[in-house]
Amino acid sequence: MKIFKKNIFLIIVLCLNLAALVLFPQTGIKSFEFTVKNFMNFLFMLTPVFICIGLMDVWIDRKAMIKLMGENSKSKGVLISFALGVVTAVPLYALLPIAGMLLKKGSKISNVLIFICSSASIRIPLLLFEVSYMGWKFTMIRFIVNFFIVFAIAIIIDKTLNEKDKKEIYDNAYKL
Amino acid sequence: MTIALYALAFAALVLSFIKSKENTILSLKKAWKSFENILPQFLTILLVIGIMLSVLTPQQISMLIGSQSGWTGVFIAAVIGSVTLIPGFIAFPLAAALLNSGAGYMQIGAFVSTLMMVGIVTMPVEIKYFGKKAAVIRNSLALAFSFAVAFVMGVAM
Repeated sequence: MKIFKKNIFLIIVLCLNLAALVLFPQTGIKSFEFTVKNFMNFLFMLTPVFICIGLMDVWIDRKAMIKLMGENSKSKGVLISFALGVVTAVPLYALLPIAGMLLKKGSKISNVLIFICSSASIRIPLLLFEVSYMGWKFTMIRFIVNFFIVFAIAIIIDKTLNEKDKKEIYDNAYKL
Repeated sequence: MTIALYALAFAALVLSFIKSKENTILSLKKAWKSFENILPQFLTILLVIGIMLSVLTPQQISMLIGSQSGWTGVFIAAVIGSVTLIPGFIAFPLAAALLNSGAGYMQIGAFVSTLMMVGIVTMPVEIKYFGKKAAVIRNSLALAFSFAVAFVMGVAM
């Protein structure tokens, strides 16, 4: 029963997909094909990510991490988080487990948010790729505007969350 | 990029193994545990994306977000960008293709921004790591700021 309740969304979506399979076989089959294909892509992407997370969990010293990105890391922590973010070019879904690990190791929440947001929107390894498809102007405008957006989002969320919210996030990160 | 990631993971794994066999096995166990923990949320995402991709086609998308579509088009582009999940190295060629088939820069600005920063379908995973409040605020802000990107694109391009 607990498993059922925990995975309620998964069950609903699965039923929807099965319904599509029965009612609109063509769409249903196509949908399952996409799901299988995407699942393979996900696994391919996530395997190295989770290996790195496991290694981080075992080898990275919590105290060292707190010093680098923790509550009192100030501008150094911000800079490290930003730099870490812009060189990491993995999709959002693969970033989140990494962020969870950073939280578990005691990084400041606003720093983890800077990491996530900067990595999601500014990707140094993809920059030239973006230029080649979208042109310099488009790429540079996006880069500059996003630079401000990243910090705006991190600061606003950090101010909105109260102590209780933050404690919950850390407690939760510890369980994962 | 993924190959670089594999190289990194492999190098780290070898280094870890040289330093301590036990710790390496422990870290792999932990890696599996954290993966297992998040798997149901991922499966949900995959099924949702599968359904969406089978209903929407690129032709339909570029028809909706043409350069004459104005803010309505920006809005539609933002919604599509928010609910789809495409990696960057597919997103840019797709965005370029959409531009060629008649989409506007403003709309593409909103599309690319939301694509990268807003993840409605990945929300369950995000909530699991950051809690409901932070996840909802982050996604709403990212959506709002995507309109700012669209606005700047509209003025500058």
